[in-house]
Amino acid sequence: MSLQTPLGRALGLGSAKSGFSHWWGQRLSAAALVILGLWFAASLIGIGGADHATVAAWIAATPHAILLILLVATLLYHSCLGVTVVIEDYVHDARALVLMLVLVRFAHAALAVAGILSIVKLSLGAQA
Amino acid sequence: MAEFRLPANSRVQPGREYKAPAGATRVRTFRIYRYDPTTGENPRIDSYELDLDRCGPMVLDALIKVKNEIDPTLTFRRSCREGICGSCAMNIDGVNTLACTQATGDIRGDVRIYPLPHMPVVKDLIPDLTNFYAQYASIKPWLQTRSPAPPDSERLQSKAEQEKINSPSACILCACCSTACPSYWWNSDRYLGPAVLLAAYRWLVDSRDEATGERLDELEDPFRLYRCHTIMNCTYTCPKGLNPARAIAEIKKMIAARQL
Repeated sequence: MSLQTPLGRALGLGSAKSGFSHWWGQRLSAAALVILGLWFAASLIGIGGADHATVAAWIAATPHAILLILLVATLLYHSCLGVTVVIEDYVHDARALVLMLVLVRFAHAALAVAGILSIVKLSLGAQA
Repeated sequence: MAEFRLPANSRVQPGREYKAPAGATRVRTFRIYRYDPTTGENPRIDSYELDLDRCGPMVLDALIKVKNEIDPTLTFRRSCREGICGSCAMNIDGVNTLACTQATGDIRGDVRIYPLPHMPVVKDLIPDLTNFYAQYASIKPWLQTRSPAPPDSERLQSKAEQEKINSPSACILCACCSTACPSYWWNSDRYLGPAVLLAAYRWLVDSRDEATGERLDELEDPFRLYRCHTIMNCTYTCPKGLNPARAIAEIKKMIAARQL
């Protein structure tokens, strides 16, 4: 039982005085994903059913590689922000919270590097 | 993790049934949440059959009739009975609203009445609003100025300036919106909730207030403000027809405006 006043509890550790950059980053990446997502969906329809060599050559083309790298980076950045919010919403154990936030960041960074490296290798002419 | 089931001692059991008197002409059943912490029993739902031809039109009239004529142990808050005090906020037919302004005739089938969701229950329909009021106090809901007041007049506002605070000032702090908000359910220890953010907005847009920057500093926090995920239950449920979701969006825009 705590004898702390309700106001003291409500004030807690005070304001973090941050949160805008997360909010702004989420909206900016969402707007970018609308454009990149539409391009990617249209492209998938365009090259649907093509064989491996055709798709690899399509990815290797410089404009496609640029847009695909932007898509992978933006998607994983946006996903990292979103998953962070979900974890903050539902995980209330302080240690589990920090552990999960760290793991989510590591996983998103690893996926981003893996995705971008794959595109770069194809674009630079390596065999997939 | 968030708890999605009620704790064992909070799970609701079937309760008692009170039949309508003989000769009743227009019978409606009111199924009301009952909980008394002194008994050690689980909460239960009691059913009361009332004759609407012998009862006032609002749900609060039915609750008062039950308390006066059938079961004096039924416990609820009420005061003004005209939608201005906010005391009789409760969950009626699945929506948070004021019992005094909710007409029984607008509800189909049995009238189900519960306390405001996800709050500690003091007794029956009375939630513990201590944290809600403390959060309200935490945003300093009063005029803060550095300019001294004019010696011979009040602090003046133009009509346009006054109209900005008209709507947010109409909030009666009934807590319907905050207790309808899933974000507030999961994180009410850190998220301020729609009612308190609407109150904060009321002072942010008050042309006489000179603490706007400090107020925004205090609000800019991943939990206090940004736990709002624009679910909009607050605006849907507000018995006064206010728009807390829009006020929260405006606060976010004010914070953006001073960064960009």
